[in-house]
Amino acid sequence: MSVMPQTTLRSAAAAPGVTAPPARSRRVRRLSGRDRLVLGLMVGVPTLIQAVLVWIPTLLSVGLSFTRWNGLDLADIRPAGLSNYTYAVEEYPPFWPALAHNIIWLVFLALIATPIGLLLAVLLDQKIRGTRLYQSVFFTPVMLSMVMVGIIWQLVYARNEGLLNHLLGTAGTSGAVDWFGDSDVNLWAALVATTWRHAGYVMVLYLAGLKGIDPSLREAAALDGANGRQTFFRVVLPAMRPINIVIVVITIIEGLRAFDIVYLINKGTNGLELLSVLVIQNLVGAGQVIGVGSALAVILLVISLGPIVYYLVRTFRRAD
Amino acid sequence: MASHNPTPFLESRLDRRTLLRGIGGGAAALAAAPLLAACSGGPAPTDPAARATSLGSGLSDPVPRSAIQAMVDAFTGKSGATVKTNVMPRAQLVDNISSYLQSNPEDVITWFAGYKMRYYAAKGLLAPVDDVWAQIGGNFSEGLTKASEGEDGKKYFVPNYNYPWGFYYRKSVWQERGYEIPGTFDAFRALCEQMKKDGLIPIAFADKDGWPAMGTFDYINMRTNGYQFHLDLCAHKESWDQQKVKDVFDNWKALLPYQDEAALGATWQEGARTMTGKKAGMYLIGAFIAQDVTDKEILADLDFFPFPAIAVEGTDAIEAPIDGFVLAKRAGSNKTAKDMLAFFGSGAGQDAYAAKDSSNLQTAKDADTASFSELNKKGAAAIAGAKYISQFFDRDALPAMANNVMIPALQGFIKDGTIDTRAIEAQAKSLYAAE
Repeated sequence: MSVMPQTTLRSAAAAPGVTAPPARSRRVRRLSGRDRLVLGLMVGVPTLIQAVLVWIPTLLSVGLSFTRWNGLDLADIRPAGLSNYTYAVEEYPPFWPALAHNIIWLVFLALIATPIGLLLAVLLDQKIRGTRLYQSVFFTPVMLSMVMVGIIWQLVYARNEGLLNHLLGTAGTSGAVDWFGDSDVNLWAALVATTWRHAGYVMVLYLAGLKGIDPSLREAAALDGANGRQTFFRVVLPAMRPINIVIVVITIIEGLRAFDIVYLINKGTNGLELLSVLVIQNLVGAGQVIGVGSALAVILLVISLGPIVYYLVRTFRRAD
Repeated sequence: MASHNPTPFLESRLDRRTLLRGIGGGAAALAAAPLLAACSGGPAPTDPAARATSLGSGLSDPVPRSAIQAMVDAFTGKSGATVKTNVMPRAQLVDNISSYLQSNPEDVITWFAGYKMRYYAAKGLLAPVDDVWAQIGGNFSEGLTKASEGEDGKKYFVPNYNYPWGFYYRKSVWQERGYEIPGTFDAFRALCEQMKKDGLIPIAFADKDGWPAMGTFDYINMRTNGYQFHLDLCAHKESWDQQKVKDVFDNWKALLPYQDEAALGATWQEGARTMTGKKAGMYLIGAFIAQDVTDKEILADLDFFPFPAIAVEGTDAIEAPIDGFVLAKRAGSNKTAKDMLAFFGSGAGQDAYAAKDSSNLQTAKDADTASFSELNKKGAAAIAGAKYISQFFDRDALPAMANNVMIPALQGFIKDGTIDTRAIEAQAKSLYAAE
């Protein structure tokens, strides 16, 4: 709102005979001292919090990623050029598997978990008996913390006492599948556990979206002779565009920030490496190597910037 | 709000101290500094009420926690000093030790011997305790004395207890099947083969958490290349990319078929149960296995033998990590803290601990060993008879090397029997250079 008068003033200033300084002072006068104080606080405080908690640490991380430091004395910080990055990419064996696992994670969520959520939403949006109950059941996992999810699935996947091996009849035998210990299957086991939760989340968002669709749209499509599938894919789904964007963003964020469940299973080793886990392993605790950890964090940041920038550009373009 | 009794506020601030410290809460830590100053440091005490010190303990499990408390109580009872104890979860102490030592640590801190101690001593974060050793030196064997020294030759550590690593087994199973303790690697492999034929998993094995496999590596390396090479390798004075290291993994490869295939999904406790449940013949683990065995009958049935000889030095070296105490830099002139350390380094102090936690072995020579179980006696004899004592890989090597390099490398080796020593060397070079 405040932009408009300013633009008119600017163009007025360009006109002959009117000078810029009085225009500026007139604009300032419109805000009382109290207004300025309130505005300053409302802009300043969040900016300060952002700067202290997000921007300054980010910049420090970027800076530290080009150094070697043991984390003890500031005087011990030594420049290291790109060596932390070459270490991460060329010498650190878990790096490429972690990247691959993140991509698998993202693709799995996008192609399997999210569509399952959509399917559940469409099914439960029909007037079937007990739909509320089903909704609650599918949504329950979302209300559990990821740690709880991990513990629950531990019970399902355990090698000797686990539910799954009992159902397969392999529990206690040498044929029992070690769902979390066998690096050929543990990533998929973790993804199934994640899907269990993610699908419920997507379902709820789509249910809200479906409820918001004007029924006349469906009627019009039906009148035009569209069948059920055509109505859904050509009319309903495009009409839920805002929800779709939210879902895409959520899915990408979930794919990038995946951490808790693998960390709970085996601290993200042995087939469950993820970039976020490597950052933590190298930055926190016994294995602290600040330079390498920072370099890994910067790599994750750069990868994350892609979707973030895309999302922000879209959001602001729409605001115009 | 403000009119409330101020005491709870002060207390809660003290309780949160470690947390704040952990996240580097400088301001809050500074605010707490005057409170800390009241209970530690300060000039030499003339008035007995001022004789105070503090203890930061990472032994938070119920049994060791009560044992440490018993030690402290014995000291306060004897000396009349006051000791403020701060117990934090072990991982919190270990993971945040750098920031902890740099902020406002307690005077005396529970810690470990090995590179893990020498490193912080060399960085000037610990105070030397040579004057304490002048009193307690006679209490300790040569191996323990050496393990308490920093790189500058000064003492920085007071041992409390240690515990041997070895092959644990159930006597009843071995008697029933007529197994004999193997002295050599060949006899050992023959025994494994026999156990396999008898339908047992020869060696229980668990490496889900990554660290237990280091015990196997340490022993095979010490038996193949000797203690000094092992220590130099841990400190990266030797290259990883050489035939000697490849030999270690070749020897290990001969054992892989006999180790439990499900190792990567099992915790050490699950491994222990495979052995105590008679599904496996033996289990290479530390004496702390006794903490996990609640059945008295099974406990009495447990025995252990040292890792068999392979190429050099026979079975002279033993892996027996030492837990003990260090003194924070800022408490370097606190007489009471040093008195407490001297007491902890005496038989009386260590007996107070052992009375509560019997799974570990007191290190002081004048400690009372009458209450030792058969297993403890054997463990103590094995340590006393050893020429060299190693501390376990994650204490002998740079923590980042153990945590970030060895865990994935060993897990990969356990999975498919391949190891890339060139990659390990490349990583080691970068990591040790960063220190």
